[in-house]
Amino acid sequence: MTTKFIKGNEAVIIGALYAGCDAYFGYPITPASEIAHAAAKWFPSVGREFLQAECETASLNMLYGAAAAGALAMTATSGPGMSLMQEAISYMAGANLPGVIVTVMRAGPGLGNVYPEQGDYNQAVKGGGHGNYQCICLAPNSAQEMCDLTMKAFELSFKYLTPAIVLCDGLLGQMMETLTLPEREMPRPETSSWAVHGNAETRPNLITSIFLDAPAQEEHNIQLQAKYERMKVEVASEEYLTEDADLVLLGYGISSRIARTAAEVLRSQGYKVGVFRPISLNPFPIDAMAKALEGRRAMAIELSSGQFRDDALMHLSRDAKRYQEIGLCNHMGGIVVSVDEVVAAAKKYMNWA
Amino acid sequence: MKTIQTVGMYPVFNRSGKETRATHYCAGCGHGIIHKLITEAMVDLGIQDRTIIVNPIGCSVFGYYYWDCGNVGAAHGRASAVGTAINRVKKDAVVISYQGDGDLAAIGFNHTFQAANRGEHMAVFFVNNAIYGMTGGQMAPTSLVGMKTKTSPFGRDPLTMGYPTHVCEIFNQLKAPVFIARVSVADTKRIMQAKAAIRKALEIQRDKKGYAFVELISPCPTNLGVNALKAAQFCIDQMEKEYPLGTFRDETANAEVRQPVKGKPSPKEFFEDDSHQVPPAVIDPAAKELRLKFTGFGGQGILSLGICVAEAAREERRFTSWYPSYGPEQRGGSAQCSVVISGSPIGSPAVDHPDVLVCMNQPSYERYIGDVVPGGVAIVDSTVPLEVAPPEGVTVHRMPAIDLSLQLGVPKAANTMMLAALMKLGVTGLQREHLLNALYASFKKKPELVEKNRVLVQEAEKWIEENLLK
Ligand SMILES: Cc1ncc(C[n+]2csc(CCOP(=O)(O)OP(=O)(O)O)c2C)c(N)n1
Repeated sequence: MTTKFIKGNEAVIIGALYAGCDAYFGYPITPASEIAHAAAKWFPSVGREFLQAECETASLNMLYGAAAAGALAMTATSGPGMSLMQEAISYMAGANLPGVIVTVMRAGPGLGNVYPEQGDYNQAVKGGGHGNYQCICLAPNSAQEMCDLTMKAFELSFKYLTPAIVLCDGLLGQMMETLTLPEREMPRPETSSWAVHGNAETRPNLITSIFLDAPAQEEHNIQLQAKYERMKVEVASEEYLTEDADLVLLGYGISSRIARTAAEVLRSQGYKVGVFRPISLNPFPIDAMAKALEGRRAMAIELSSGQFRDDALMHLSRDAKRYQEIGLCNHMGGIVVSVDEVVAAAKKYMNWA
Repeated sequence: MKTIQTVGMYPVFNRSGKETRATHYCAGCGHGIIHKLITEAMVDLGIQDRTIIVNPIGCSVFGYYYWDCGNVGAAHGRASAVGTAINRVKKDAVVISYQGDGDLAAIGFNHTFQAANRGEHMAVFFVNNAIYGMTGGQMAPTSLVGMKTKTSPFGRDPLTMGYPTHVCEIFNQLKAPVFIARVSVADTKRIMQAKAAIRKALEIQRDKKGYAFVELISPCPTNLGVNALKAAQFCIDQMEKEYPLGTFRDETANAEVRQPVKGKPSPKEFFEDDSHQVPPAVIDPAAKELRLKFTGFGGQGILSLGICVAEAAREERRFTSWYPSYGPEQRGGSAQCSVVISGSPIGSPAVDHPDVLVCMNQPSYERYIGDVVPGGVAIVDSTVPLEVAPPEGVTVHRMPAIDLSLQLGVPKAANTMMLAALMKLGVTGLQREHLLNALYASFKKKPELVEKNRVLVQEAEKWIEENLLK
């Protein structure tokens, strides 16, 4: 068993290579650049392709091209670059193409700054491109998961033939932790039934998202929706000390780590607090969350305006029996919510002395 | 419908579910001729199975109705980026990017230019009809001066709309392209020249020699509002004046043949090296969580000091996290990092209330000393004036890390001095041996520094014994 003490951003590339990723296309941006740096070093070292694209629009269209040829490809970026990628993400979803996009959120909107934020939740989970599409979205909260969930993203992306997004933030990307290397490399997915490899077998295959006929385009959309429905079995989540909790803190990514420490502090003061953390944001672990929250109060911790909290509420509201209020403890602009703030907000929310 | 034998093109075209033998192009359009020329060259050269054509968005968006080879439809303007990637992951494929003037020279110009500059292995066929065909006759980058289109109803005025774009001439400034030519499909003689250029571009792909660019002047009667004959005449009389035909470059004879990359290790072989292995952390509820903060100026080695402590903690099978400040804050200005050492999985890696604070400059002392928990320790460089009193119950040690390292002639080693202080004062609970090993391991790439630092540590420890531990 090999361990390495590395940045979350670097762990991403190890996960990608063990997944069998053939090519990395990317454009530098803080705080995601270390992913490109690691890729530039390690992809060629193991005989894979690394290319610094001319812009993020290009990066993602390259992902599209590589996927069309049946390759495993990835890119990494942060908000401003992710905005430029929306066009090709929509085309990939429309053409049933797999690929992995890692986005390391920084503060926005606009240029914002390079400090950690989670303000791109809607962009990643709801999609910012055109059309009725969804992406798989996974949210790691450690260097280990930056590696493991990048692998998982490839697996799911090729299973469902749709782009997968690994959603993280500047803090996770920059921090170093121990990574235990994956035990084995992933088997190569079979792609000759749909991809264009440049050989006789795949010559009849066609990659496109155009259906000029409205009924055909509707049928295509119906197929996509059916796929998103099937995808729901892939939900993943984690709970910490929820069993006897009065208050459940909700958070994904780095916020779940802060929530964990806050729960420990509150427990040490005699308050029963637990944490529910979605690992997959799309599909959203709605049943597990509803169960964890049943009969308890809830408060979301996030580095955004409440995008995640609102999404959790939306999921709960689909079933009237499950609907409940969710409090919010947040920061925006690149300020990380502190444990003290969560502790104070929890006490206020619960009317604890 | 009677079946006919065809090679390279489908015998019947499956156009949106309807089978037909007519193309979707207007009478007199150049696209059909160009499609045929490409097909013929592809078949003649025996590369049909290997060929992948990137269809653009424009009138030729439906190239895949016709070409019996691999087809990929790209977003508007992105065909050269898409082609780039196909060529990178399928080195044996013959990649063709087929693009109109709006697609290639307006929305996608940079992708086309960059792919040409990188010398991607693909043939780019640039159909210049001086207008946007598919969207109904708007101005293109290649529209002629004075030309009336839907978006230049009074004629293209160069003062506000710029001049016609000469893509071949621009690309001829780049080093990487192997072949650049401009041809026309306006009459039979010209079609024969176009045929030769297309064939050449595909031979270059077949032989893995690099980037080939062929611009094809092509009539668009519908959007010029004239009949087929007049449209062809317009190409010959008007367009060739602006866009002279010819071969701009042919480096085929000198181009190097791309060789496959071989003999690289697998990721498993590459990452699982045989060097010293640190086993994963183990849960130890008895271990008290220790939170440390390292602060100073950028360039003082604050971040690597934190990493050394974290590495030593890993050696003792503790859960460990290291979290730096980064971005503009880190450059020139202050630098700081947080390290958490624990017997169980770590929650927040950010340290707001350190048990141990290491401080190498005044601003960070003043900013962070108040955060240290009662019973905690601060090790502060002696150059920092203690104008702010530490909180009650916090022990402050003064360490001349900067001065000592200067005296010993290694001004960059103040962080080593601080590590010695952490070790000697025993504030991390980590073993001396592990901290030292972590320090030496950090000089893996500069082994000469190991010996130097050994001496520095000795000197620092001596000073601490004589001054702090008495
Ligand atoms: C992002 C985007 N913007 C605009 C369009 C609409 N559009 C489709 S084709 C086209 C221009 C095509 O002109 P050209 O590339 O010259 O090809 P032609 O049709 O003349 O062959 C435009 C603007 C689009 N599909 N996508």
